[in-house]
Amino acid sequence: MMLTDENKKYLLTGNEACAEAAIQAGCRFYYGYPITPQNEILTHMAIRMPQVGGTAIQVESELAAINMVHGSAAAGARAMTSSSSPGISLKQEGISYLAGSELPSVIVNIQRGGPGLGDISPSQADYFQAVKGGGHGDYYTIVLAPGSVQETADLVYDAFDLADRYRNPVMILGDAQLGQMMEAVIFNKKCGPDSYKKEWALTGANGRKRNIIKSFYPVQGELEEFNAKLQKKYNLIKSKEVRYEEINTEDADIVIVAYGTCARICKEVLMKNKTPNIKVGLLRPITLWPYPSQIIQEIAGKVRAILTVEMSAGQMVEDVRLSVLGRCPVHFYGRTGGGIPSPKDIIKKITEIISVNKKTIN
Amino acid sequence: MEAVYKTPETLIDTPTHYCPGCGHGIIHRLIAEIIDEKDIKGQTIGIAPVGCAVLAYNYMDIDMCEAAHGRPPAVATGIKRVHPDKIIFSYQGDGDLAAIGIAEIIHTANRGENITVIFVNNAVYGMTNGQMAPTTLINQKTLTTPQGRNEQSDGAPLRICELLSVIDGSRFIARASVTSPQNIIQTKQLIEKGFNTQIQKKGFSLIEVLSPCPVYWRMSSVESIKFIDEEMIKAFPLGIFKDWEGRN
Repeated sequence: MMLTDENKKYLLTGNEACAEAAIQAGCRFYYGYPITPQNEILTHMAIRMPQVGGTAIQVESELAAINMVHGSAAAGARAMTSSSSPGISLKQEGISYLAGSELPSVIVNIQRGGPGLGDISPSQADYFQAVKGGGHGDYYTIVLAPGSVQETADLVYDAFDLADRYRNPVMILGDAQLGQMMEAVIFNKKCGPDSYKKEWALTGANGRKRNIIKSFYPVQGELEEFNAKLQKKYNLIKSKEVRYEEINTEDADIVIVAYGTCARICKEVLMKNKTPNIKVGLLRPITLWPYPSQIIQEIAGKVRAILTVEMSAGQMVEDVRLSVLGRCPVHFYGRTGGGIPSPKDIIKKITEIISVNKKTIN
Repeated sequence: MEAVYKTPETLIDTPTHYCPGCGHGIIHRLIAEIIDEKDIKGQTIGIAPVGCAVLAYNYMDIDMCEAAHGRPPAVATGIKRVHPDKIIFSYQGDGDLAAIGIAEIIHTANRGENITVIFVNNAVYGMTNGQMAPTTLINQKTLTTPQGRNEQSDGAPLRICELLSVIDGSRFIARASVTSPQNIIQTKQLIEKGFNTQIQKKGFSLIEVLSPCPVYWRMSSVESIKFIDEEMIKAFPLGIFKDWEGRN
């Protein structure tokens, strides 16, 4: 299975596209542990990595996988691991260490229902865990949320680039729907690892001063200083890397905020608008951290209401409310435990919002 | 005049943070001597553990990485896969390797990962003030076994060399101590053999070193040495448990 023809369309699942894009971005070290619904990433890596002289290991646990990523990233290579929700919980220890050691690395989370073992259906209930740090300490992971198979591939390239640019872990946050569905994908955007000189990496200190990669600062004041440096980096990322897609937000009465699979469903709502007197727009965050707060705040000043749609009991809606700062009502429609919102459900919710709003706004 | 004894180049001349009578300083020095003698200073990468030896990088003038508690073998694997021709060693204590990191060490050995592990066994958790370790002796008093370790409720000391020697991927497994000049010389020879195992790409090697922890054993340095020689080696006999050259 060689997928290297540029501009040729391949029919692949989101998981396969994710794995292939990583290889084409120069990732040569992949460590994973089987968990549904992302197993195709591991199996694709097992086939393809030997073909490109890379390493793919099925390891003994999610902990080992994330720590092997730690080692390979520390050694200066592009490294990735992938898992699904319960496995990502285990990886959080390692993600905190990656952030604390400022190691560029890519972690893929193809979310499934929880809490606990949950189920294997699509979910967006790991939002808090992904965007609020997840592990211990004051840190952020850059979080990219693709909405299609093609975008999964494109964002994987970007993930490696952002990881190297900021020396920070980057998470691709998908879900079972996105990982399992097949769509046409073109691999035409390459970014090699060579553009980043990793003078800090562990390569053996031959002819240079030794490099130490650590996250332990036991001397009073040192850790606070280091955290201040991290926060400065996070502020830079916030100012430069916010991404989102806007559809019909200009003169909308209601704007839906949704990401990933939910945003795809909401696009259907926009196309099939059954409430012709109500103009509905969509704001789709592509970066979940840094969050597109500014644009949501601007939209909030112009619309009757914002509706957040998620496959969770209400997680991202907290960031929407923080962005809106009371400028307009924020409504929420969510499904949990593998439930997927239908366009019909969302249209019904919009109709409800408008009928209530009519009394207060008109 | 030729110097016959000096500080190894790889050992950084700095005040120690280790307690008086602790064995880490001796073991650090042995590693530094071996790196100097084999002239591999620029090719060696070490992994420091969580615990007292987390600051091992303060003492060795080589590239080093930290790892979360128990995870050094996984981090070492990640580094070795990127740099198969570099010399990679992890330095781990008994809590790190035999408790929380037992899965990582077994599977790293089982993959036959071509790395060397220095396993410092002092039968106690030092940095956290002296709680029971998987290697704590029966009847040994610690903060969490105030009446002494009870085999029925706490289990017996875990013998790592014996455990790892039955794994196919293990190529050189040995146990030594640092209680006498003779034992220290023996320890150095075994660690060197571990590095040679790796340099010759023979696979996984681990050298366990029985090492004193006077402060958390509540003993003097002299009593600690006696404790290892008379008590610890009954549970943890010294010797070579597996040798790819067939010397065991």
